Amino acid sequence: MSYSVEIKNLDLSFGAVKVLRNLNLNIHEGEFLVLLGSSGCGKSTLLNCIAGLLEVTDGQIHIKGKNVTWAEPSERGIGMVFQSYALYPQMSVKGNLSFGLKNAKFPKAEIEERVARAAGILQIEPLLDRKPAALSGGQRQRVAIGRALVRDVDVFLFDEPLSNLDAKLRADLRVELKRLHQQLENTMIYVTHDQVEAMTLADRIAIMKGGLIMQLGSPDEIYNRPQNIYVADFIGSPSMNFLEGTLKNGSFAVDDMVMSLNGYEWVDGPAADTEAVIGIRPEHIITGELVASAPRQYEVTVDLVEPMGSDTLVYGKLGKHSLRIRMDGQASVQVGERLPIGVDPSRASLFDKNSEARL
Amino acid sequence: MADISAAVGGAQASADTLSGPRGPRPKRAFSSTNIIIYGTLLVVCLYYILPLYVMIVTSLKGMPEVRMGNIFAPPVEVTFEPWVKAWSEACTGINCEGLSRGFSNSVWILVPSVIISIAIASVNGYALANWRFKGSEVFFTILIFGAFIPYQVMIYPIVILLRESGDGITNVLRFFYEDAPRVRLMGSLSGLVIVHTIFGMPILTLLFRNYFTSVPEELFKAARVDGAGFWGIYLKIMLPMSLPIFVVAMILQVTGIWNDFLFGVIYTKPETYPMTVQLNNIVNSVQGIKEYNVNMAATLLTGLVPLVIYFASGKLFVRGIAAGAVKG
Amino acid sequence: MSVTDTETISARTPTPRPSRLFRNKSAKIASIPMVFTALVVFIGCTIWTIYHSFTRSRLLPAPEKWVGLENYERLWSENRWLISIENLAIYGACSLVLSLCIGFVLAALLDRKIRFENTIRTIILYPFALSFVVTGLAWQWILNPSLGLQNVVRNWGWESFTFDPLNNPEIVIFGILIAGIWQGSGFVMVLLLAGMRGIDEDIWKASRVEGIPAWKTYIFIVIPMMRPVFITALVIISAGIIKVYDLVVAQTSGGPGIASEVPAKYVIEKMFQAQNLGLGFAASTMMLLSVLVVLIPWAYLEFGGKKNG
Repeated sequence: MSYSVEIKNLDLSFGAVKVLRNLNLNIHEGEFLVLLGSSGCGKSTLLNCIAGLLEVTDGQIHIKGKNVTWAEPSERGIGMVFQSYALYPQMSVKGNLSFGLKNAKFPKAEIEERVARAAGILQIEPLLDRKPAALSGGQRQRVAIGRALVRDVDVFLFDEPLSNLDAKLRADLRVELKRLHQQLENTMIYVTHDQVEAMTLADRIAIMKGGLIMQLGSPDEIYNRPQNIYVADFIGSPSMNFLEGTLKNGSFAVDDMVMSLNGYEWVDGPAADTEAVIGIRPEHIITGELVASAPRQYEVTVDLVEPMGSDTLVYGKLGKHSLRIRMDGQASVQVGERLPIGVDPSRASLFDKNSEARL
Repeated sequence: MADISAAVGGAQASADTLSGPRGPRPKRAFSSTNIIIYGTLLVVCLYYILPLYVMIVTSLKGMPEVRMGNIFAPPVEVTFEPWVKAWSEACTGINCEGLSRGFSNSVWILVPSVIISIAIASVNGYALANWRFKGSEVFFTILIFGAFIPYQVMIYPIVILLRESGDGITNVLRFFYEDAPRVRLMGSLSGLVIVHTIFGMPILTLLFRNYFTSVPEELFKAARVDGAGFWGIYLKIMLPMSLPIFVVAMILQVTGIWNDFLFGVIYTKPETYPMTVQLNNIVNSVQGIKEYNVNMAATLLTGLVPLVIYFASGKLFVRGIAAGAVKG
Repeated sequence: MSVTDTETISARTPTPRPSRLFRNKSAKIASIPMVFTALVVFIGCTIWTIYHSFTRSRLLPAPEKWVGLENYERLWSENRWLISIENLAIYGACSLVLSLCIGFVLAALLDRKIRFENTIRTIILYPFALSFVVTGLAWQWILNPSLGLQNVVRNWGWESFTFDPLNNPEIVIFGILIAGIWQGSGFVMVLLLAGMRGIDEDIWKASRVEGIPAWKTYIFIVIPMMRPVFITALVIISAGIIKVYDLVVAQTSGGPGIASEVPAKYVIEKMFQAQNLGLGFAASTMMLLSVLVVLIPWAYLEFGGKKNG
């Protein structure tokens, strides 16, 4: 199997601080990989290492089967798009697009042709003679993408490219990026802290924390089968409900409530008796008429209601535990009401309390 | 509709019943605070402007009028003779060439000093901001703290350094060409240019480093991905976008070097004295009778270059001194 | 790049890594002037001077004649040096206090959202653009006893008015002080005004809501908040005071007699006119010491606390 980018045992430290720790990551040809994590998790650092903008402490980086660990950024066959666009302010859009090609001493005609093609793909032909200052945020970002595009590279690196845009524009450009990827079929590595961007764009997501990859998988796997409590908690908004309890004979007991786990997909077959944590997404708690057909049924006391238009978030008490429940936007729930709910063990996640790993 | 008009009508009706303060509070143009503030500022401004005024009126009077003894009185008869004399005839000791030579010396010192010091310091600041290497911050710290060392501590060793390196260069040249001329750094304009470059380095490097650090790092990264190297990024990206800071540095250096007296005295000979040194020699020379009007004209002539720059540059001058100082 | 390195790594990588010394080569070359200035001029020359202050050098440095503290003993027994130090102390203390006070009051006045702010600032700051020589000569003329300010006031009818600092050894240093303040206080004002403008607008809103008068807000809230700016101003003014040279040369030439001598002038004269290098080096080392007295506590306050700065 040929990989587009291979990262082998990568270490990076700034003095005594280890930012990346023995990191391994293989990225397929044409894959859209998202590096997701909160700030300081090392995701941008990793991207900068791949780009060659940071020196690695140990390990190797291969791009297209070539070891580029010590290569200059411009020799790696990458293009990069930055959060702040990083357009050269004194050059026109055309100058911005052709700067890299001029540095690589391309013939004039070829530069013209490539700039024209990139401008065509991104629909920025009318802007070619403008200065970046005269462009809107979305146009600037398009030029920034164009700068990577003209280089005709194998791997595109995106460093939070949409974070500086307002919400509506962000959604539009997200769709465009996805379309661009479908059209170009290049490998793209995309850093973001926005899980919606990650879920919508990615073929695979790598969730990072403290310089380590916590889970690498498709958006579906990450959402439905998180490998550990960190990932389970990180993905999903509002975040997952966690209840601590004990695992005994294939049943999960919280205080005096016992739930049989029939239908749960174990990682390694039914686990031994242990202290455990069960995680249930707010949107996976069944309410309304469907409760009757749910495998397990309980009743919560409603604490607080947050109507959000498209849906309603209900905070309730199950015994002494708090639960977040996502209900339909039309649901009318009153504070103090007793609300019947249902739980389906096959959609829950079970973690070992000590190792925090999925059971 | 009916409801709205009723509401509007109600508001109008109740307007008559409103009493007491309404609308903007009347401003008192001559409140006591204002009188104190503007009064103080007026007096202060007079104090600051008076010496300039006195210099100008004195320089436009003939000596008899000066001797009448009111330095504040405007000239009865305006004469430009003192200016002409100061420029081309005033004496320092036995030499009576006026300030003109000092002026041209100062220009010859100024131009290369400003260009070289800014060129070196800007590249240096750029390296410190974007291409840090092991130890670069240590050297920079030494440089900044060195700016506080009194010049008197370093002046003499530099005399020796200049003399020796001048001889060294001569020897190297003569190794290749037998009859190479003797290179002199000590006592020559080139030596003074080197000294100005060295002592301008801390403030200028600080200025440029701070400026280049404030340029978004991603711009630098983007240029590296685009294959530009150290000089390519400096010349094509950084230089074109930092013209204002170059103007600030130029203002700083032009006024600083033009106003220098100490280095001029130490590192040049009488033939190459800059304008400030020559001015001092003219005014404080003990020979002959004192011609105060000529002295003031000479003083004004020397102050003219920095004054013109100051009044022309306005905010940039302020920005220069503030940037150099506050961020230190 | 070393040969052995490329050989062992060529199997792993197509791009040979340059050896440590040559990495980032252009930046290192570009930094040579800075490294030279820092090491050779600032450190090297300073050490050279300090070392030679312990030798008996008269015309040319003679390092072999180590005389210990002899130069310093002679220095501190010389009347001219003692007067220089006394003058510097008076000038320094007065100039520090006055320029900070005047600078602060002016900055506070300009900060009151007044009209013509730019014009006033331009007028107050212009002396700072002038050479000390120009300043000294201008004030020498204004303070001229027979034709200057004193004469004008006497002609107005106040016959006994006496203001002749430049010819009175007792107060000559204050004559220089007037000129020094005239030149430098605008700069202090600009510094402090910049610091004042950096203070959060909301502080002023809060104090207005609570009914605190403006002067109290300045003294109890603004000044404490501006501590870093004050310290910076203090350090810069002090460094300037110790360097005072051209002003004295131009305004009084150290006179009358030696009444307005200052250390900076003393050093230059010992080195280049009296040809007594050892004494000059000792005196300049004393100047360095006085700078360190100001600089070290400041550096400690500024950088001592944060180790990872």
